[in-house]
Amino acid sequence: MTEKDLPALNIADLQSLLRRREVSPREVLDALRARIEDVDGEVDAYLSTNFEAATKEAEKANVDLPLGGVPIAIKDIISVAGEPCTCASKILRGYRALYDATVIQKLRAAGAIPFGKTNMDEFAMGSSTENSGVKLTRNPWDLSRVPGGSSGGSAAAVAADAAFGALGTDTGGSIRQPAALSGIVGFKPSYGRVSRFGLVAFASSLDQAGPLTKTVRDAALIMNAIAGHDPQDSTCLNEPVPDYTAALGRDLRGVRLGLPKEYMIEGIEPQVKSAIDAAIAQLETLGAEIVDVSLPQTDYAIAVYYILATAEASANLARFDGVRYGHRAEDPKDLLDHYGRTREEGFGPEVKRRIILGTYVLSSGYYDAYYLRAQKVRELIRQDFAKAFEKVDVLISPTSPVPAFKLGERMDDPLQMYLADIFTSPANLAGICGISVPCGFAETDGHRLPVGLQLLGKAFDEGRILQIAHAYEQSTDWHKTRSPIAASMRDV
Amino acid sequence: MPKASDLDVAYVARLARLNLTDAETTLFQKQLGDVLKYADKLREVDVSHVEAAAHAVPIFNVFREDEARDWFRAEQALSNAPRQANGLFIVTKVVE
Repeated sequence: MTEKDLPALNIADLQSLLRRREVSPREVLDALRARIEDVDGEVDAYLSTNFEAATKEAEKANVDLPLGGVPIAIKDIISVAGEPCTCASKILRGYRALYDATVIQKLRAAGAIPFGKTNMDEFAMGSSTENSGVKLTRNPWDLSRVPGGSSGGSAAAVAADAAFGALGTDTGGSIRQPAALSGIVGFKPSYGRVSRFGLVAFASSLDQAGPLTKTVRDAALIMNAIAGHDPQDSTCLNEPVPDYTAALGRDLRGVRLGLPKEYMIEGIEPQVKSAIDAAIAQLETLGAEIVDVSLPQTDYAIAVYYILATAEASANLARFDGVRYGHRAEDPKDLLDHYGRTREEGFGPEVKRRIILGTYVLSSGYYDAYYLRAQKVRELIRQDFAKAFEKVDVLISPTSPVPAFKLGERMDDPLQMYLADIFTSPANLAGICGISVPCGFAETDGHRLPVGLQLLGKAFDEGRILQIAHAYEQSTDWHKTRSPIAASMRDV
Repeated sequence: MPKASDLDVAYVARLARLNLTDAETTLFQKQLGDVLKYADKLREVDVSHVEAAAHAVPIFNVFREDEARDWFRAEQALSNAPRQANGLFIVTKVVE
């Protein structure tokens, strides 16, 4: 093991070295910094880093803490005191967070070191990170393709071995989908499991923060640190936090996995379909029982999601008015001109589109037909999942119907981009937890493009999907295959 | 019942305090018209006996003690302000 190889480690293996005092947190951070300098010119995962502050943290790190001395990358929608928090938006250019989000406080208490902020779709609105108001991030498996989104910077950093692990946020799939497209693990906790205090709100009834990691065990380790009650977030439930690593390693005998028949849609790319079929067969050989289930409202989920998410966003983004922080238009002639131009200049096209849609569905005459009706169908979707979970422990599906697509390929048709959230957004509507775990590759143009398997679990049953995902992962080699740009850095 | 074609992007943009160029207005009119047409499928669903779900978690009336805590000083609260003076945010004139 040379210093050059350190960034390839997962968190659990890194901790073993740190605890045996074979490397110091300072050496780990220096190695990671060197890796970011080597690869991030091509991948562009980071918006900002602060290695001066991180080095001070590393020098006093207690490696015996649960995440002691482990550097963690942070999506630029999560407040880290003193650091930029721009949501990749021009309207927040230059903004610095005044305090640590609760998830950051909890990471620090566990000994982890936040050191950099990752790129994303502006205000987390998108599935490719192409809606960033700052720059494009490239997929480490094929630099001509998107890393997924909206937590695309976090996913690409981990996939390029330019982060040991990262935090993202998931409103309709924004952790799981980029994890799938970038060949890593992405975990969305149940709504209310992790505090949202200090996250810039996109859709408050759907947003959750969670880990993007190289392995399922690493996701469990980060969940152990960040889950739990927070008096500062009234939607964060006061429920005990189990040790999520405790169930890892249990076998799958007696586990019932549900296959939703409505998820067997046309439009799943054939190589994705065959990877998922193989994963299901593999889970069966591990002892799981496969059961057909039905989620009858599936066809309505995307419409419900885009009505509710944009409605909540239009209200949440009203705060960006150029008064207390962020961009302000020059020389406004009156207050309406101040608001109108500040927001015109500060927001990118997708954010504008969603503000318009969200404002419309909440406006007089349309509220009942769109917003209220969508809330009612949301309740039916929630009931679909509740019924399915009476029969099975966990549901399985592809994370995304397609592997990573080319940069620019899908930017002209927002509706088509929205429809790709079909397997991920229902979990946010129902408030349940989900994970994406690597399950194979699609070969395209000579590149291997990762495919992700999604497992969905009951609300607050995160231990169960971690157990199953871990058992599957450990029976395959997918998680050991590094992206070409990461592999090229190996000191062989 | 409203129709997808009811959407008037220029009017809604004024409600949202968001200036759009003519090109954006035309483009969004088409793109969001498509999205609303797609959302028309929600009309098929019988929701007559369904209570609306504002969120997915059964949690209501969360209380905590109302205790004073240290928080930002004025200079911190002003540190991101586009314009400030004398410990105040400078805002665009509202009244004549």
